[in-house]
Amino acid sequence: MSQEDLSRQAYWRAHLRLLGICLAIWFLVSFVLGILVAQPLNAFQLGGYPLGFWFAQQGSIYTFIILIFVYAWRMNVLDRKFNVHEE
Amino acid sequence: MDQQTLSLLVVGATFALYIGIAIWARAGSTSEFYVAGRGINPIANGMATAADWMSAASFISMAGLIAFLGFTGGAYLMGWTGGYVLMALLLAPYLRKFGKFTVPEFIGDRFYSKAARIIAVISLIVMSVTYVIGQMRGVGIAFSNILEVPLATGLFAGMAVVFIYAVLGGMKGITYTQIAQYVIMIFAYTVPAIFIAITLTGNPLPQLGLGSTLQGSDTYLLDALDQTMVDLGFHAYTEVGGMSLMNMFLLTLALMIGTAGLPHVIIRFFTVPRVRDARKSAGWALVFIGILYTTAPAVGAMAIWNLVNTVHPGEIGTEEGHLAHADRPAWMERWEQTGLLAFEDKNDDGVIQYYNDANEEFAAMAEEEYGWEGSEIVTLDRDIMVLANPEIAGLPGWVIALVAAGGIAAALSTAAGLLLAISSAISHDLLKGVFMPRISEKNELMAGRIAMAVAILFAGYLGLNPPGFAAEVVALAFGLAAASLFPTLMMGIFMKKMNKEGAIAGMLVGLGTTLLYIFTYKGWFFFSGTAMLPDNPDGWLLGVNPTGFGAIGAAFNFITAYIVMKMTKEPPKDIQDLVESVRVPRTES
Repeated sequence: MSQEDLSRQAYWRAHLRLLGICLAIWFLVSFVLGILVAQPLNAFQLGGYPLGFWFAQQGSIYTFIILIFVYAWRMNVLDRKFNVHEE
Repeated sequence: MDQQTLSLLVVGATFALYIGIAIWARAGSTSEFYVAGRGINPIANGMATAADWMSAASFISMAGLIAFLGFTGGAYLMGWTGGYVLMALLLAPYLRKFGKFTVPEFIGDRFYSKAARIIAVISLIVMSVTYVIGQMRGVGIAFSNILEVPLATGLFAGMAVVFIYAVLGGMKGITYTQIAQYVIMIFAYTVPAIFIAITLTGNPLPQLGLGSTLQGSDTYLLDALDQTMVDLGFHAYTEVGGMSLMNMFLLTLALMIGTAGLPHVIIRFFTVPRVRDARKSAGWALVFIGILYTTAPAVGAMAIWNLVNTVHPGEIGTEEGHLAHADRPAWMERWEQTGLLAFEDKNDDGVIQYYNDANEEFAAMAEEEYGWEGSEIVTLDRDIMVLANPEIAGLPGWVIALVAAGGIAAALSTAAGLLLAISSAISHDLLKGVFMPRISEKNELMAGRIAMAVAILFAGYLGLNPPGFAAEVVALAFGLAAASLFPTLMMGIFMKKMNKEGAIAGMLVGLGTTLLYIFTYKGWFFFSGTAMLPDNPDGWLLGVNPTGFGAIGAAFNFITAYIVMKMTKEPPKDIQDLVESVRVPRTES
């Protein structure tokens, strides 16, 4: 296997790891905090928001936005590190 | 100047703007027609994507939906935004790298199969056509309700405008018009919301106002709303109600993967110059969508609060606790005339009671204690919640005109995006890809324009004569996108060994099971009376709502594709190399 193929594989593995972390956060804020445990979380308040309700109707959306930008930023770093970035 | 003239002037001015943009941004090549020449700035593309994505349903219906569901309405908020995370991480950058014009084109090339491409074209056309009917209808309804002109007049005006900028400009014209439409739409949505938030809570940001205390009191708005709803026999606003937790979970998932699989949104990411722009652009799209989607929960909660407190101004069950029908505010009278709001004085006491008469225990208590004989708001269309908002808040006439223009902008921008997806599937995938591979670029561009024109006429006709299933079609469109296109695209990128047999079998099983499940409860091809099981939680298989079934259809697609792949031979080497190349932004070494 050539040097380039090896580096390509390492790039893809590093990418999949980043994807895994991002998707875990995506799942946590919406499905877990916003749905599955939202009722018990409602015992806590964020200002006037019950916390589970806040995740379902506000917090998950803010997290999604941050998540995409962080992903895009980390991918740019990764692209450069493995020298596959665009001009 | 009266309200109708003012509204017509504002809407007319926005139409003039769209046509001006169309003349400025004409498409001269197929690349400009299909993907705007791949020259769109990622932030501009994000804004256009937001307008493309947010339809009449997001603008007009979603806040009302949330108002009546409360907490579980979060399924729509999370579902329709979380899909962008999937799109940005799992699809958009790779499809941009692939560098072609349409979604079926990727599926056809990746799975080295014309059959796969044709199946993709068919699901694309079915979901886009069903979706576009609702948009055309939305244009007509916005005209007829707010501008008080006949539905057909509004529909024709809308069709004529889309015709000019979509046929002339293709993706290029559509993109620049969508940017203008986004600005109009978001302004129209947030201005009334800010005014209402100030009135109720003193906080101008609706996102913070919803978590604030009521003006002149120490009670949080949401706590007060919970109490009010419980006092009227409804479930507490911030608690589970309206759907089960399982269906909230499935609906959220189905909407997320459906959103990520909608071709008219995916093709927007073909218009940016580079792979890194595709990633960033999805983030910008979600910023612009998020402005509306984080405002909507406040609009919904404050609308239901205003409604209930208008009908029940004092303590429930006391004399001051009810609004006399004769004293109702002018906006109620106006909406009664449209038939979207109706009262019936069931116990002949001259005052209005609004409560949850489906709650048997509460209804029995209310009859005994207060002499109530049923909820007296007998029709309450949820769309009123947004459309009547400026009137409820007593905002000036130009804001009401702006809401009309915003609703029409939302419907037109989505319709144009869908029409482009349909026409490119016909001219590029069917005509050039399958039937006339040797067609010249000039003729293909002409074919694209003709396909667009025909699609507009067809969608307009269906908008005017909607099949009885207009309300159900959005569920169908998302179910199909979730069960057919998303899994296939994702496996095409992430599973190098996925082959044509697996992909085709997966798409057919995903499509088949989803259609079967929806038709079982909604009627075959939506003809009423042909449903085989009752469409309610008792009739649903394991309690699964048909609208959330797309998530399960997608799982069937994945499983089938995997099993079939294991039993058939590997894809050819050049296809595996293609997969390798879409995974990296720059391949030449």
